[in-house]
Amino acid sequence: MLAGMARQHPLSNTKENGMTVTNLKLKGQSAPRPAARVIAFTRSAKPGSSRPLLERLAAGAANIAPLIVTLSLILITWQVVCSAPDSSLPSPARVLEESWELIAHPFYIGQGVDQGLFWHIAASLQRVAVGYALAAVVGIALGALVGQSQLAMRGLDPIFQVLRTVPPLAWLPLSLAAFQDGNPSAIFVIFITAIWPIIINTAVGIRNIPQDYQNVARVLRLNAFEYFSKIMLPAAAPYIFTGLRIGIGLSWLAIVAAEMLIGGVGIGFFIWDAWNSSLISDIIVALIYVGIVGFLLDRLIALVGRVVTRGTATA
Amino acid sequence: MTKSYLSLELIDKSFERGGVRTEVLKQVSLSVDRGEFISIIGHSGCGKSTLLNIVAGLTLATTGVVLLDGRVADEPGPDRAVVFQNHSLLPWLTVYENVRLGVDKVFSRTKSKAERHDWTMRNLELVQMAHATDKRPSEISGGMKQRVGIARALAMEPKVLLLDEPFGALDALTRAHLQDQVMQIHAELGNTVLMITHDVDEAVLLSDRIVMMTNGPSARIGEILDVPLARPRRRIELAGDRTYLKCREAVLKFLYERHRFVEAAE
Repeated sequence: MLAGMARQHPLSNTKENGMTVTNLKLKGQSAPRPAARVIAFTRSAKPGSSRPLLERLAAGAANIAPLIVTLSLILITWQVVCSAPDSSLPSPARVLEESWELIAHPFYIGQGVDQGLFWHIAASLQRVAVGYALAAVVGIALGALVGQSQLAMRGLDPIFQVLRTVPPLAWLPLSLAAFQDGNPSAIFVIFITAIWPIIINTAVGIRNIPQDYQNVARVLRLNAFEYFSKIMLPAAAPYIFTGLRIGIGLSWLAIVAAEMLIGGVGIGFFIWDAWNSSLISDIIVALIYVGIVGFLLDRLIALVGRVVTRGTATA
Repeated sequence: MTKSYLSLELIDKSFERGGVRTEVLKQVSLSVDRGEFISIIGHSGCGKSTLLNIVAGLTLATTGVVLLDGRVADEPGPDRAVVFQNHSLLPWLTVYENVRLGVDKVFSRTKSKAERHDWTMRNLELVQMAHATDKRPSEISGGMKQRVGIARALAMEPKVLLLDEPFGALDALTRAHLQDQVMQIHAELGNTVLMITHDVDEAVLLSDRIVMMTNGPSARIGEILDVPLARPRRRIELAGDRTYLKCREAVLKFLYERHRFVEAAE
């Protein structure tokens, strides 16, 4: 049950990077070879040394070019489809025109919920940060418990498996009833959304700690705390970060929906407010912001994970 | 009754799985003197690793007892440091930190911080790994990892050093080099060593006595061979030595003719 939710090591993501690196190498090797045969040594050294930068730029362009092509295609299609005067959705050109104020002044400070997009995003990020941090701490602790103890596993895992299927927003009325306030309720929804993958992946990681490390700990007579901090956490770190990465994605998904309902400053309410005011162009701009921030959050956790778990992949 | 330093008394070990009882070790008794180097040799599956784990306290004997320096040893502890077959270094720690972890744990009260650092470095120097203190296990070769494993075990100042096929995964040249190093360390420190091996030459070269195990299930000690070779031993000089060859032949014969031996015994 647990294994189904667990992804592979986050480190396996480096595969993509690895592939581009090998491509680069191959190009670098095959290109200068015919030149080196003819030209004298002193001259052949020069293009060899300046090539990597050029090659890298070329490779970078080659990586980005397809993206630019698809983006342009999407924009053109969108423009064509939505350019009719009675179109229900605005075309890209109209979005730029209608929401220029919004795009140009992200740091605008106004009254109440009339704020620049940056402030809405910042308010949402703040809620996510609190809820997610709580989920990380409690999730890793509970995951360690379930991973370590067969008894805790039997007692808690079925409950986790049922609760994790409850959609995030279904928790909102309950938390509103409990906290009597919008902000803590939204934070609770983030917490309850992010915690399940963290618990489950941590538990899997801890159950997969090699017997060898446990033997080392036993020979050294590490106490429970030392075992937790010196063996368990680092050994399970790749799994824990997989859980954390899934968790941050789910948090960002949930915050927008939760904020639509609780109101106040925040990107979710901004979108809902724009809909109520029929500012469809604003919604589109906000969606782009949401997507990019979500992407950056995911990358951030992946980066932290890569730094923290360096060296833990292989012995 | 004179007590030896380390003694295994009537060790039985059986596993039960699904109501089926498998006897692994039967009536294993062994006395080891302080400073002795003992090899335990036998075919794979004869339970020699289980025996080592029982001495280490990682596995409990079904019946029987392990006595070390007059005390019952039924729990793992740093007085019986193990060099594991696959080195078992913690990959997230550097070479230095791997050794230091054990040093900090064992000498937390008796040594100051500076002393613990010096002691860590001294043990790394002993296995000639002082140059790679900041490397992680993934950055060094298999032979180096095993040397760090040995340093980690030595640094705990164990009463008995337990080596579980420590050179099994290494190539022949690296293995020979490490065997020489272990011999040198043994000569220098005079540790009591219990080593599991399946390599006849290694057993004869390193040991004072070779314990030969019969095939499992219900493995017992078949024979114990004294190796009356003077130390220091040099592998090149020994290659033609008559005593060496005789010991080698005795072990080979035991291993080669073990089937008949086991059948006759049963």
